[in-house]
Amino acid sequence: MARFMLRRCGETLLVLLIMSFVIYSLIGLMPGDPLDVMLASAPGVTPEVVAHLRAIYGLDQPLLLRYWHWLMAALGGDFGFSRSHAQPALQVLAPALVETARLMLSAFTLSVVLALVLGIVAALRPGRALDSIISLAAFAGISVPVFWLALVLILVFAVELHWLPASGTTALGEHGFAAHMRHLLLPVVTLALFYTGQFSRFVRAAMIETLRMDHVRTARAKGAPERRVVLVHALRNAMIPVVTVMALSFGTLFSGALVTETMFAIPGMGKTIYDAILGNDYNLALTGLLFATLVTLLSNLVADLAYGWLDPRIVLT
Amino acid sequence: MTALVELDRVSVHFDQRRGLLGRRSVLHAVEQVSLTIAEGETVGLVGESGSGKSTLGHVIAGLRKPTQGEMRFRGHSLDRATRRVAQHAIQIVFQDPFGALDPRMPVSAIIAEPLTINRIGSQAERRERAASLVHDVGLPQDALNRYPHEFSGGQRQRIAIARALAPNPALIVADEPLSALDVSIQSQVLNLMRDVQQQRQLAYLFISHDMAVVNHLVDRVAVLYLGRLVEIAPRAELFARPSHPYTRALLDAVPRIGHFRARHRTIQGEMPSPLAPPPGCVFHPRCGKAQDICRVTAPELLPAPGRPAQLAACHFKD
Amino acid sequence: MSVSALEGAVVVEQAVGTWRLRWQRFRQHRGAMASLVALLLLLAFVLAAFPLQPLLDIDPYATDLLARFDPPSAQHLLGTDEAGRDVLLRLMIGGQVSLLVGVLATAIGGAFGVMLGVSAGYFGGRLDEFLMRFTDGMIALPLLPLLIVLGALDLTKLGFSAEFARSGAAGFWRIVVIISLVDWTATARIARASTLSIKERDFVRAAWASGAGPLYVMATHVLPNIATPLIVAITLTIGRVILLESVLSFLGFGVVPPTPSWGNMLNNAQELVTQAPALAIYPGLLIFITVIAVNFLGDGLQHAFDPRSDR
Repeated sequence: MARFMLRRCGETLLVLLIMSFVIYSLIGLMPGDPLDVMLASAPGVTPEVVAHLRAIYGLDQPLLLRYWHWLMAALGGDFGFSRSHAQPALQVLAPALVETARLMLSAFTLSVVLALVLGIVAALRPGRALDSIISLAAFAGISVPVFWLALVLILVFAVELHWLPASGTTALGEHGFAAHMRHLLLPVVTLALFYTGQFSRFVRAAMIETLRMDHVRTARAKGAPERRVVLVHALRNAMIPVVTVMALSFGTLFSGALVTETMFAIPGMGKTIYDAILGNDYNLALTGLLFATLVTLLSNLVADLAYGWLDPRIVLT
Repeated sequence: MTALVELDRVSVHFDQRRGLLGRRSVLHAVEQVSLTIAEGETVGLVGESGSGKSTLGHVIAGLRKPTQGEMRFRGHSLDRATRRVAQHAIQIVFQDPFGALDPRMPVSAIIAEPLTINRIGSQAERRERAASLVHDVGLPQDALNRYPHEFSGGQRQRIAIARALAPNPALIVADEPLSALDVSIQSQVLNLMRDVQQQRQLAYLFISHDMAVVNHLVDRVAVLYLGRLVEIAPRAELFARPSHPYTRALLDAVPRIGHFRARHRTIQGEMPSPLAPPPGCVFHPRCGKAQDICRVTAPELLPAPGRPAQLAACHFKD
Repeated sequence: MSVSALEGAVVVEQAVGTWRLRWQRFRQHRGAMASLVALLLLLAFVLAAFPLQPLLDIDPYATDLLARFDPPSAQHLLGTDEAGRDVLLRLMIGGQVSLLVGVLATAIGGAFGVMLGVSAGYFGGRLDEFLMRFTDGMIALPLLPLLIVLGALDLTKLGFSAEFARSGAAGFWRIVVIISLVDWTATARIARASTLSIKERDFVRAAWASGAGPLYVMATHVLPNIATPLIVAITLTIGRVILLESVLSFLGFGVVPPTPSWGNMLNNAQELVTQAPALAIYPGLLIFITVIAVNFLGDGLQHAFDPRSDR
């Protein structure tokens, strides 16, 4: 087990390193480089000066060398300066990371709880009306475009009904807990809907399968109350594949969070990266993308370990 | 009788490696086996699990090439052309009737498959052939359009037999065809196999660990132990007077009415690993008759005294 | 009665085609049948642009700032958008683009994933090892931000001409390529894992024993037996691709205006949501209906292809 953890951590680091190079190269292929942006605001600079500046910034060096310099600086904690925020990239990203973590964790928790309830209820009587309704709702959840859902929710609850704010966040202490929750509600629901749909389908399938298994039948035959059969005997076995799928999905929540943050103007990681790419703020975009990659990689690592911990039959080597 | 299939000192070895850096070892699944099957003959191949009998069956069915030695078909070495003929003439029936039929194919397509693969006949002709075979193996006609999951184990084994019969084979390798079936079904399938043999000039290699079943069907019995052929003899001779101590032990293990089980003669211990076969006679660690020579020199397969048709590999043949 | 007489009495029943049996099972799935109808209607709707455009004599690309946000009329059946363009025609043409991107990217990525996954599972060895490592890495990446970067790449820096980089075709093919580039791994993994288990079955051995080659076995035994997970995976991919296209186009990194797509038609919808809510509703509703229909279709196909599944 210890060897497995060590190896998986090593692999995670390797993927992160490879991705840092890929992202670094891709960022270099985006329109304009730092100099173009600078020169745009200072017309009339001679070509000689431009060449000189390029040399100073090291932009005339080969890609690998530039990457090496960047990597060395990054390992020392220097991720460069954000142009648009006029702050070190790390300082911009730190509060954004908190916003995103809050959004992702809330949405994840909500969808897991809802999915467990819906999935189990649907699995109890497969094929019946309630199952069909839940199934239809689950399909709707995984089929709705997140940004459009956000739009519709804003239209209904903010524009028409004026029940909830359409955008922004408040810090916890600022306007009280209620205001905080009111701001969080629409984004969290938006983000959670897709995953509720997806997870509930997994829970339903896993529950139907385990409810058919011998040990569950035995428990029923022994006269265990139905509630106990479902919640203890069946659910425990059904959870092994379900937890894995859920944990593996946590990282993918980031994509949805990007859209949600953009729609509700939440200053999280996703919106920061998006704005950075739009505004040619490449240091910030690069650092943000790396952090996003790290978050996904770490959640997958946790998923792997959880799998081994939940299912003792799996021998991790 | 002409030889349909000849195995000439055939060996099958598997390379085994534990983990990426583990030590390589060679598993001797089949070692120096020579065996002939005549046209129309039924040869029983018996042995415990792990004796290499399925591997030998796979070699004859063309699923595995021998590591050493040669297989000949009707006197020809298996070059490209002969191999094609042999693939056609030798069919296989597997043990597990649930894994042997493609669940996505209707029965008609399953039965016609050997013909489809070798592009024999038109599609209509193949369907017609499937229809007549379904009848031959005792299944209802509407079975053709149904899928394997709609059938019981015995019925599936009938379908597998019909598939094997489709290209009019000369030999069917039956790899424990009964052992996954209920006892009541076993005799039905056994009778079917005997019936179709009588209607066609068909040879069987009947692989089994069950001496009682073998006694019902076969002409000759070959006994395999740890990949080696230890005895081969006509059925009557072998059952009446086994020559090799291992064969005797196998026969004694069969419960018979009116006989008390001869406990002292059943085999002691377990079969050694084929990764590390014992030196000399491979059976000596479990043999009651073992002497010093058995631990050093491997016996050759030679006729038992006064019985030229009964060959055994033992220094102290009965 | 002799055997031959018996044989004559038996009516030789012709085998019903496998596909007819599957169709019969598919029809039992009401959601899937409804979705099939819905998808055909959607197809008819987006293709209606071809006869409708000359009929109504409208140029769907011409802006008319005097006719912004016109209400529905005889000429503009759904009114006009913020640039005075006909909403109905743009919905139709945008639908063509969105559906085409969805089908093309899925087909390219899916074909690649199935080929690679089945080969890796069937032949094993180095190819298999590489594939597994690579897909492991791919799954662990934040998809949307990376797609945005790929969508923002300067094509001239990749050696394309500036003229091509600005054209509508570049925008279209760019999104097809980048989506198929990232969305084949799930299919490949499923194809590989399923192939591995099928390869060990005795019916494959029986085919080998009859002299079947790798291509025959893959086509006859492997593909149909892995079809259920594959069809589900690929159908879900279509839905996911359409959603991805819409969100990328919506964010401005996918299909670029003036070429409409259901995604980029919502580009300005957020600012307009109070002014013209209908403009924000239609394209998203069409995406929603398409994706949910595609997903139900996958469910129905799964039912049709798996004789053991009973709902």
